[in-house]
Amino acid sequence: MSASLPSFSASGFRHGARIALPAFPGFIMFALAFGTAAAQKGLTFGQTMGLSAFVYAGASQMVGLEIWQKVWSPSTILTIMTVTAIVNARMILLGATLQPWLKHEPKARTVLNLFLLTEAGWLLSTRYHGSGGRDVGVLLGTAVVLYGVWLLATLAGYFAGALVPEPRRFGLDLVMPIFFGVMLVPLWKGIGPALPWLIAGIVSLVVHALVPGYLFIIAGAVAGVLAGMLIE
Amino acid sequence: MTALASIDLATWGAALAIAGMATVTFLCRIAGVVVMSRMRLTPRMERGLRALPGSIIMATILPVVLENGFPAIVALAATIVTMALVKIDLVALAAGLGTLSILRALGL
Repeated sequence: MSASLPSFSASGFRHGARIALPAFPGFIMFALAFGTAAAQKGLTFGQTMGLSAFVYAGASQMVGLEIWQKVWSPSTILTIMTVTAIVNARMILLGATLQPWLKHEPKARTVLNLFLLTEAGWLLSTRYHGSGGRDVGVLLGTAVVLYGVWLLATLAGYFAGALVPEPRRFGLDLVMPIFFGVMLVPLWKGIGPALPWLIAGIVSLVVHALVPGYLFIIAGAVAGVLAGMLIE
Repeated sequence: MTALASIDLATWGAALAIAGMATVTFLCRIAGVVVMSRMRLTPRMERGLRALPGSIIMATILPVVLENGFPAIVALAATIVTMALVKIDLVALAAGLGTLSILRALGL
């Protein structure tokens, strides 16, 4: 595939929907776990689906449950907003890489694309973009399908979470990291371009050991970007 | 703040919390595009952003995989080797999950 002009097509949308398939197991397991945890924590069905539908960011939804309140005050609402912003700050970087691709898109469609932005969908679309593809339909197709899977699995987790057999036995607790491992391979362009990855990994390990919470992801990602800027 | 306090939080607290979480998350999602559309992308910044996908993957999975010990490390290696050889996402995913469940079943 050679680099072409940015465009949007229905066939691109369908292609995007198809390439999203390998991300399904990770999305299903994560959303099932969230739905189950939310039900156990005593959230109503509406609150649970509201979090999945409007926040739509797994790690922050999980952390949100940990600090969820029975009775809210302005300060607890501000706390949960701050924690959410910290956990999701990495999305700022994802969006930055998409900007050149979305430059000529109508604003409304870009807003929709960004509302549906996830790491998994972004990785799949980045791979397509990296091989020369420029059809924004692929980005949206992937995103829409993953959003649907997320909502359905949240619903299933809320009502039937207890029916899911020990996920550990089938390695399903690590399905997301393993999917990310799959995505790493097509990104490989030799030792040089991978040096920032190494730095990202080291920084992430150090931060993970020293700071509780999800800060290690954004710390590692920023370290990798800075390393990429400094290494010629 | 005063506007927030005047709303009945017993009724609307949870909805406001969800709305607040949704708002900051959406701001994170659009911020990168908004900032970059107002900046000239230098070759240096481009190099940095090109390093992001691999960096974010490493930063996300490395602590989790190491925390899960030997079976997880071997499973990740099996995933990567399979993907490099076969180049089919679902096959590599199955190889990783299969390796992990076999190693755990063996009690390793």
